Amino acid sequence: MIKKFIYLEWKAFTRSASFGTNLAMKILIGFLMVYFSVLFIGAGVGAFYILKKMNLEPLITINRFLIYYFLFDLVVRLLMQAIPVLNIKPLLVLPFKKPTIVHFSLGKTVLSFFNWVHALFFVPFSIVLIFEGYDILGVTFWLLAIFSIIYINNFLNIILTNIDKLFVVFIGIALALGAAQYYKLFDITVFTTPFFQGLYIEKGLFLIPVLVLIGLYLFTFKYFKNNLFLDAGLSKKEDIATTENLSWLNQFGTLGTFLKNDIKLIKRNKRSKTTIVMSVLFLFYGLIFFGNTHQPAIMHIFAGIFVSGGFLFVFGQFVPSWDSSYYQLMMTQNIPYRGYITSKWWLIVIATFISTIIASFYLFYGWEVYLTIVVGAIYNIGVNSHLVLLGGAFTKTPIDLSNAGGAFGDKKAFNVSAMLLTLPKLLLPLGLYGIGLYLGDKTLGLLLVAGAGVLGFVFRNTVFSIIEKRYKVEKYSTISAYKQKN
Amino acid sequence: MCQLDNAFLLTKSKINNLKSKITMIQVNQLSKKYNGTTVLNINNLEIPKGQSFGLVGNNGAGKTTFFSLLLDLIQPSTGYITSNNIQVNTNENWKSFTGSFLDESFLIGYLTPEEYFYFIGDLRHQNKADIDALLAQHEEFFNGEILKNKKYLRDLSKGNQKKVGIIATLIGNPEVVILDEPFANLDPTTVSRLKKIIKDLAENPDVTVLVSSHDLQHTVEVCDRIVALNKGEIVKDIQTSKETLQELESFFAV
Repeated sequence: MIKKFIYLEWKAFTRSASFGTNLAMKILIGFLMVYFSVLFIGAGVGAFYILKKMNLEPLITINRFLIYYFLFDLVVRLLMQAIPVLNIKPLLVLPFKKPTIVHFSLGKTVLSFFNWVHALFFVPFSIVLIFEGYDILGVTFWLLAIFSIIYINNFLNIILTNIDKLFVVFIGIALALGAAQYYKLFDITVFTTPFFQGLYIEKGLFLIPVLVLIGLYLFTFKYFKNNLFLDAGLSKKEDIATTENLSWLNQFGTLGTFLKNDIKLIKRNKRSKTTIVMSVLFLFYGLIFFGNTHQPAIMHIFAGIFVSGGFLFVFGQFVPSWDSSYYQLMMTQNIPYRGYITSKWWLIVIATFISTIIASFYLFYGWEVYLTIVVGAIYNIGVNSHLVLLGGAFTKTPIDLSNAGGAFGDKKAFNVSAMLLTLPKLLLPLGLYGIGLYLGDKTLGLLLVAGAGVLGFVFRNTVFSIIEKRYKVEKYSTISAYKQKN
Repeated sequence: MCQLDNAFLLTKSKINNLKSKITMIQVNQLSKKYNGTTVLNINNLEIPKGQSFGLVGNNGAGKTTFFSLLLDLIQPSTGYITSNNIQVNTNENWKSFTGSFLDESFLIGYLTPEEYFYFIGDLRHQNKADIDALLAQHEEFFNGEILKNKKYLRDLSKGNQKKVGIIATLIGNPEVVILDEPFANLDPTTVSRLKKIIKDLAENPDVTVLVSSHDLQHTVEVCDRIVALNKGEIVKDIQTSKETLQELESFFAV
């Protein structure tokens, strides 16, 4: 029976739309995966020695931060981890036993990227610990416990996935705990560190997370087995709809019509809603770079672009694809391409503008840092907004907006390969800034980048014409690509 | 009495003649091939203005392909179609007088039906009052299941989605209305209401209606002329009469 499932899974994998992308893309993704794996393993090996060098006890230090690590992991999962499901509906009426279906569906999640990626860090770290003379049995139990907790997160994500906006709660908890610790009001790690440390010292303690994991698995199993009906776990959640007129946008003519539609698009679909969350996360990206003396100065412009560009990268990237499910309608209506593209462009510009204003908290690091962010925003508006729209003509991956399934629903909210496509958009400003730094100083670098942005803005009508032409040329292949769902 | 009848018939045929004088849709040497397989091949087809035109055929006969070509959603392998003397694959001006509904991909799932109608209305330069008037006119067709129902289009049943799509094609008084399989998925009451809507459209000498269907009887009832496709070729082209249904049924019988 399981063999049949694996056969189906293999077919689903090799025939999925994302797998069918071109070879260059696959190689790029493969390369980046290897790169990041090496990075993670390196971190796992290096962490011990770096911490040692900083005169910290490595295991205790890691244990201190574990609570935040797990909280963050849960948030990331709630946001991004797709729950891999078999196509369950057609299986229900076939001679499969229900427990088999559920066991297999749950078992599949165990192999998810979101689980094994942690092994890349923890396994080398543990090996180093053993090499450095830590107790073998203790380290093994500790690792076992860590993985139990990672899998507890995995199953928690499955159970909690139906509750919308839950990740906000966890982000809130993490931020509150972090802030409380920073201002020395309350330190959660005082309570959690001994526990995690205890996993290593006390031989029996690791049984607690293991038992919790087993319990949680049984609970999840039972929950899904009982909900394996079309009107329960497999049902589609229906939202209560309210008609919104947004008539204040009418004054903008055709542009207003499209803006109205785009606002509703973002508000009412899970997938597009995550873009807003992501843009907020991007805002904090600069914290890694600014005020961190370990980073080379050239990376500042990188951060400057990212801070205001979150929306641009995660939403703009997919521009015609957001409308993929009704692209045929758009193509038969009396729609000027220019109006359509301009409305998306405005949306990106407005979002970039708002991000830049919110990012003013970077003034805390000095006006120079904020200036970098403003320059990044100018470049985003002038050049990247056009690049993103132009790239959209070639993206052609259909987006299934209505992907708000029930307990077993797939919520592939985020596409890693598309994120990687953003890299070229960063290299040009990086190069310009680098030339500026090389020839003169920071100011010259910023001037060059801002100049490129202004230039792009000045020539935007010409650029729009090019984009418009491109969209027209790509029309038929885009339509046929969007017809292939999933 | 007899004279009056004759006079009536005369005027009717006159109108028909007048109708047939202007060609609305002209197909020239049109063909569509996929990997060497011809799925559609129409040498010549003229659809006069004001005609209600029915396209029948089995699965894979090329009905949807023909409509997709007419709407410039796919490229012809050879030949072209003109609509009101506008070649559809080179000039986009046909969009302003054409209303069409092929399938659910013509609906925007995250909008409520009202928002969808207003959106299409905006694109066709109709104001809110125009749309409201049109919706009021078709309230019976909606059967109370569409408007003010607090549901997004994606959550409506297939049949109700279809109702929305069909009425949306009528927004802005289009001169060409294209409906692919409009009778499928509808309940019997709605089917008869839809027939009335199409008949009303067909009576307007300015509106050309194109309908495709598997259902011979429905098509015969609403169309002046029926063309049967088989494997991409026109195999029958008949003006509707009493005998049409029988003729078609015997043609499609095994």
